[in-house]
Amino acid sequence: MRLETDTTRTVRAFVVDNFLFGRDEGFGDTDSFLESGIVDSTGVLQLVAFLEATYGITISDEELVPDNLDSIQNIARFLGGKLAG
Amino acid sequence: MSPRTRAGADLLRIDPAVETGRIVAGIRDAVFDRFRRRGAVVGVSGGIDSSVVAFLCVRALGRDRVQVLLMPERESSGESLRLGRLVAESLDAGSVVEDISPILEGARCYQRRDAAVREVVPEYGEGYKCKIVLPGPSDASRYSIFSVVTESPGGETKKARLTPDAYLAIVAATNFKQRARKMIEYHYADLLQYAVAGTPNRLEHELGFFVKNGDGAADLKPIAHLYKSQVYALAAWLGVPAEIRTQVPTTDTYPLEQSQEEFYFTVPLEQMDLCLYGMTRDIGAAELAGLAGMDAEQVERVYGIIRSARRAARYLSAPPVIVG
Repeated sequence: MRLETDTTRTVRAFVVDNFLFGRDEGFGDTDSFLESGIVDSTGVLQLVAFLEATYGITISDEELVPDNLDSIQNIARFLGGKLAG
Repeated sequence: MSPRTRAGADLLRIDPAVETGRIVAGIRDAVFDRFRRRGAVVGVSGGIDSSVVAFLCVRALGRDRVQVLLMPERESSGESLRLGRLVAESLDAGSVVEDISPILEGARCYQRRDAAVREVVPEYGEGYKCKIVLPGPSDASRYSIFSVVTESPGGETKKARLTPDAYLAIVAATNFKQRARKMIEYHYADLLQYAVAGTPNRLEHELGFFVKNGDGAADLKPIAHLYKSQVYALAAWLGVPAEIRTQVPTTDTYPLEQSQEEFYFTVPLEQMDLCLYGMTRDIGAAELAGLAGMDAEQVERVYGIIRSARRAARYLSAPPVIVG
């Protein structure tokens, strides 16, 4: 699962830089962005813009759900499917 | 209204006479005793909240000690000014109209906002109107992220998801409106040695639906403890004109009319009231759903919105940190 590893690393770097202000305080790949309170509605916009720009994809309104975007692992899985399709 | 929602509404029932007495005493105490000010300034938008605050202040301080300010700008609905005047006339209180458009033009509010809208709708230009919206409750499982809706001079509408930069730029530009109004309110407060009465209700105050140092700034907030439906109950008892009590609440911030529901609440205000009440009292989603006439999934989603809004509100409501 090299794609997932690379994706996880890239997404984690973005999350740490943008939402944790460069301080990686043990935030886990399965930790929920919403429950931990690190991502608000502006943060979701920023996350979506980052994913679209980095991976050259378009994320539809229907795909804007926590199952796809609420943790580093969810994003990696979502991107895995998206890029494979 | 279904029996279930009637049961829900009963939870928020207040005795308007008792509540008015309590608030009126609180206003007198804050203005005269605590702040040693001669009266109160109230910015009246023509909406229900500011109208109720104006009525309460007149009841507490007397009409000669309340300065009503009507502060339209070039994109305000004409109705706002007309209804604001109606409030002042109903109270027989002094009112002044201060058009804030020149201040906003000086701050390049419209120019900055329009440039941001063009980032996602390039054709947006002269004669166009816009507003920003959230998805409605039918999109229950989706994230609430903002889109811009534009209307061309020919009436053609377009909806586009905002980029983060465009969203932040639009909000930062339009926030000039609330801050310009607050600046005028404090001008009159200085001039008259009055205190400024803020108009947020409980939903706005607790969830941070106000602009920091804009409509969130005030010396006293007479209805910040009241749910929106309680504000309506008080309005009826105080004799706020029916026309004001029956209109649909809007933000009156964007050129296209924007309901408060599509801007930040996403569900009808009565249901938002009950959801906030439910969360405050640790009522489970399933139980509250029965009272609010919603399904449990919808309630969970609104609870989620409330949790994130409360987090954001911490910054908005925080006094300056004295460091050191």
